[in-house]
Amino acid sequence: MEYLSDVVTLRLDREVCVGCGRCLEVCPHGVFSVDSGKARIDDRDACMECGACARNCPVGALYVKNGVGCAVGILNARLGRKSACCGGAQSGCCSS
Amino acid sequence: MSFGCCCGTCGAVAVADGMTGYLQTSIGPVPRVAVRWTWRDRVGAWAVCWGLGRMRYTVAPGLYAVGTPTQEAPVLVTANYKLSFDHLRRALDGFDAWVLVLDTKGVNVWCAAGKGTFGTDELVERFALSGVAKVVVHRKLVVPQLGAPGVAAHEVSRRTGFQAIYGPVYARDLPAFLRDGMRATPEMRRVGFKLRERLAVTPIELVHRALPVAFTLAFFLASSGLGRHGYRLDFGQWPWIALAVGANAFAGIVLTPALLPWLPGRSFAVKGAVTGVVLGAILALFCPFGWLAGVSAGMLGVSACSFLGLMFTGCTPYTSASGVKSEMRWSLPMQGALALAGVCGWVASRFI
Repeated sequence: MEYLSDVVTLRLDREVCVGCGRCLEVCPHGVFSVDSGKARIDDRDACMECGACARNCPVGALYVKNGVGCAVGILNARLGRKSACCGGAQSGCCSS
Repeated sequence: MSFGCCCGTCGAVAVADGMTGYLQTSIGPVPRVAVRWTWRDRVGAWAVCWGLGRMRYTVAPGLYAVGTPTQEAPVLVTANYKLSFDHLRRALDGFDAWVLVLDTKGVNVWCAAGKGTFGTDELVERFALSGVAKVVVHRKLVVPQLGAPGVAAHEVSRRTGFQAIYGPVYARDLPAFLRDGMRATPEMRRVGFKLRERLAVTPIELVHRALPVAFTLAFFLASSGLGRHGYRLDFGQWPWIALAVGANAFAGIVLTPALLPWLPGRSFAVKGAVTGVVLGAILALFCPFGWLAGVSAGMLGVSACSFLGLMFTGCTPYTSASGVKSEMRWSLPMQGALALAGVCGWVASRFI
């Protein structure tokens, strides 16, 4: 299943990348591959902006504005309430 | 960490639920965990999926032993949400390992990593507090892959001297991962969203939506009293109104998630709306509401199902915040307009 196309904030600076492959390891959606010693974004639309790749990039070659893709949480945040989203039923609470 | 004490895992006296005793080590007694689930674990797992008492579903942070771990045994890190812990210990049946439980305030690994509570700082601090470095001779920590949004592996290595290795997404893949010299296949690194997983989150969704559904039902039942001849409730309409509201709730909360891959479009508001159109057409055709009320009920159904579809984005493991924001921008006004038109038509139908 793929979500909307061309919306995510993921950016990779190939100049800075050292090709360690950490982003491939942490990405839960197989967004990256390594091509001639550098990471490459293969499937940008599969990105869910979890932020794992950027957090684990040792040289800061990745940028993503991470957030939870949850309408309830976004609505609550806009209404000035504390996000009630993730305490609830983000998948994984019940299945893993 | 106050909740730890009630379970007895802080003191060396009582043996807590899910523990089988203590392992004597050079750093003192370490609680040893059971690898088999008891009926209480099963009931607990079922209850948290229905949103019953989830706030208390925690284990005490700290170090645990699985089997009879030696100095060579792997160290696995997890959250102190009991269900995360339970899945981990069950997957380790037959293994000897150390388990380091971080204090994530009872939230599962992925959600806690997103919030940063399952993070580098907590991991480094809990690592130091636990004394785990003194019971093993190797220098490796297995961190769940879904903890990566909160943990920077290179910082953990720098601050602890231990290499942080990302384990598989699902605990059930841990045996294969450990047997293969801590190597995860590409499949083990991917998050899925199969029918079972989609339906696993629907119970808590049903619980969360019960109150709004009840209010909606009450509103439309009460609206049956409106009419040209003053206010008099029309009980004959009640079963049909209840059926329509119930069917909409079921469609929006259960059907849309279940049929997700087969519903057209990528947007959740669109997927939900498709369910709503089909359901709305059926209701308009078969419920004895009359043409105007029927069409209005249909519009309300499309609006409600589309909105519920959008709400389901929070339960999926693949929607991005940017994407959700982008579809909220156009879908919320449309859902609002449809709902308003539906309510106006429904009320108007009472007077003509």
